[in-house]
Amino acid sequence: MEFNRKDILDMESLSADEINMILDTAVSMKEISGRSIKKVPTLRGKTVILFFYEPSTRTRASFDIAAKRLSADSISLTGSSSSIVKGETLIDTARNLEAMKPDIIILRHACAGASHLLAGRLKSAVINAGDGMHAHPTQSLLDLFTVREKKGSIKGLRIAILGDISHSRVARSDCIGFTKLGAEVVLFGPPTMIPKGIETLGVSVAENIEDAICGADVVMMLRIQKERQKSFLFPTEREYSKVFGLTREKLKNVKDDILIMHPGPVNRGLELASDVMDGPYSVILDQVTNGVAVRMAILYLVAGGVRNADTD
Amino acid sequence: MLILIKGGRVIDPGRLDGINDILIKDGKIAEISSEGSTAFGSELKEINATGKIVTPGLIDMHVHLREPGQEYKETIKTGCAAAARGGFTAVCPMPNTNPVNDNRQVTEYIMGKAALEGKIHVYPVGAISKGLEGSALSEYGELKDAGVVALSDDGLPVMNSMLMRRAMEYAGGFGLPIISHCEDLDLAAGGAMNEGEVATSMGLPGIPNASESIMVMRDIAICELTGTPLHIAHVSTKESVHAIRDAKARGIPVTAETAPHYFTLTHDAVKNYNTSAKMNPPLRAAADREAVRQGLADGTIDVIATDHAPHAAYEKDVEFELAANGIAGLETSLPLSLQLVEDGLLSLTDLIDRMSKAPARILGIDNSLKPGAPADITIINLEKSYIIDAPSFASLGKNTPFDGLQVKGKAVVTIVGGEIVWKGRGERSSRPQAAPKKVLYVNPKQ
Repeated sequence: MEFNRKDILDMESLSADEINMILDTAVSMKEISGRSIKKVPTLRGKTVILFFYEPSTRTRASFDIAAKRLSADSISLTGSSSSIVKGETLIDTARNLEAMKPDIIILRHACAGASHLLAGRLKSAVINAGDGMHAHPTQSLLDLFTVREKKGSIKGLRIAILGDISHSRVARSDCIGFTKLGAEVVLFGPPTMIPKGIETLGVSVAENIEDAICGADVVMMLRIQKERQKSFLFPTEREYSKVFGLTREKLKNVKDDILIMHPGPVNRGLELASDVMDGPYSVILDQVTNGVAVRMAILYLVAGGVRNADTD
Repeated sequence: MLILIKGGRVIDPGRLDGINDILIKDGKIAEISSEGSTAFGSELKEINATGKIVTPGLIDMHVHLREPGQEYKETIKTGCAAAARGGFTAVCPMPNTNPVNDNRQVTEYIMGKAALEGKIHVYPVGAISKGLEGSALSEYGELKDAGVVALSDDGLPVMNSMLMRRAMEYAGGFGLPIISHCEDLDLAAGGAMNEGEVATSMGLPGIPNASESIMVMRDIAICELTGTPLHIAHVSTKESVHAIRDAKARGIPVTAETAPHYFTLTHDAVKNYNTSAKMNPPLRAAADREAVRQGLADGTIDVIATDHAPHAAYEKDVEFELAANGIAGLETSLPLSLQLVEDGLLSLTDLIDRMSKAPARILGIDNSLKPGAPADITIINLEKSYIIDAPSFASLGKNTPFDGLQVKGKAVVTIVGGEIVWKGRGERSSRPQAAPKKVLYVNPKQ
């Protein structure tokens, strides 16, 4: 099978075969990161622009390292350093960037659909590094990779996603990604954070945290944005951590080999108790490690894979 | 000059329906006759209306002409040209211009410009509150004297219930109806489209139905308290339709309008971040669309208006959440509305009522086909099939989700005060008349 996709915009548009191909490719990419010289010439001469309108630490660093390990030239732009602050539109800025002939543009943007807007206008490949509350496909792919690596397969697993589902692009992408590969996804969070019609993504909503994590193979905790308290989504951090946070106490009756995941950054003690975050079930740092491998795989495949890569 | 409109089916809802000739003299209707008219001399201009519908001029009581202040989006001249092409003989521009139409000078400017360049009637709507700020009443006496026919803070709701009460009490004294943009801003805050499964899957912040209906219900309560006629703008939800139906049954003087996009489209039209379907209130779910259609059918919703909201292309060609709200509606309203007749929801007479007589009744405008009345007349060809072609709009606003849609029915002649201001000359679309590129709505009954 060849990978013929110009852009990676969301999990919805990727087929199960394409997802598996990305995950398979990431296995060999991960091996590169384990070498003492972590660099191959695969994307030599390719230009990757990291266009981050919204602040990000790990996703930007992860893409940047991924590009550099494949020998691509990467440059990084942020919202405050771009022409956006001078009033230029997204499309005009992107057209100017395209005039410099990049091969891949990686976009992080606060508005849902921003990467779709660019992908429709540009010849360069566009990779969505998170758009508003909509999608974060590379995060979802690294989540899938991590679960597959630890469990051998995704099919038949029970995945619980807990927290602020409404505002989470990771939750949306994970719901689609995990169900596409045959897992069952159950959600739980405060009723103020469960969006209308989320069941149409093929997932169910549990009534309490115990039901959600009982029998789960994976628990994905989501970050709570503390400023959400101002929009009345939850009364206090104290109550949130007590009722909706994951503590060792709540993990008493779960499976022995459960995985605790989190897309980061974690509010230590709020959604995740400190001892759970550092405990034996946690694979949060494995997710970060795998993020580089998955993003290397995506860059490689989108850049044309074996067809176009310089493989000397 | 004399104009004879010959052989058309003349429909004046509540008064007339039959094959008649209409003679226009000195800008007024001189004679209506079923006899077949005799010669009126060489000055006579004859319009053959055989097979066409002749109706009182269509009135769009909710438009945005953008002048003064945003002439790059639309001017009074281009907006009126678009209206004439759409079959409208009168439009009511909302006051959210820059400066806001909250005083005599702006009203007079709009009316003066319209008289010079407009060719159709322009009846401005004045602001309820100064600067649309919702904190103080504007001068209704002076606005009425200058020519406004109603009051509205359209685009912005009057959030303060006491101000709304006083506005209605005070407006009642001048015989001015209040047109209410019903939206609870706290409940709608941050929303970009209808709240529901489509917004959830696209990751867009949603606007719940209740943000509209809660204010519809509040304003009905204030209308009941004050007795001043209330007109609810652009109804989009089933809950609003129910509230208005109940209020009417209780004898409260409330009227309502909706726009063609609310009875044609649903929030599905927003998929793929289609900014031409972004508007406020947003396109709702199928059950809401059906309720709006039923509301039109049973007269709960009195009027079809367009909320014509032209924008420059670059204001729509951006991230969905940042895109301007609204669509250019004047040149698509009639064919989209005629679909209701095709679907068996409304009789042709009722449709004409919703688009001409009802707005005239609400605003106190004389709009009848009877001798002595101003000759404001629209002639419609019900059979004309064509594809909506936004680039060829007379409006500066080409923003519409209906571009490329196959439709049927067109205004072929628009007459204002005895002057022919629009006559279709078999104009050609810039697009080849091939298969339409999309079908937006299929009547479930068919």
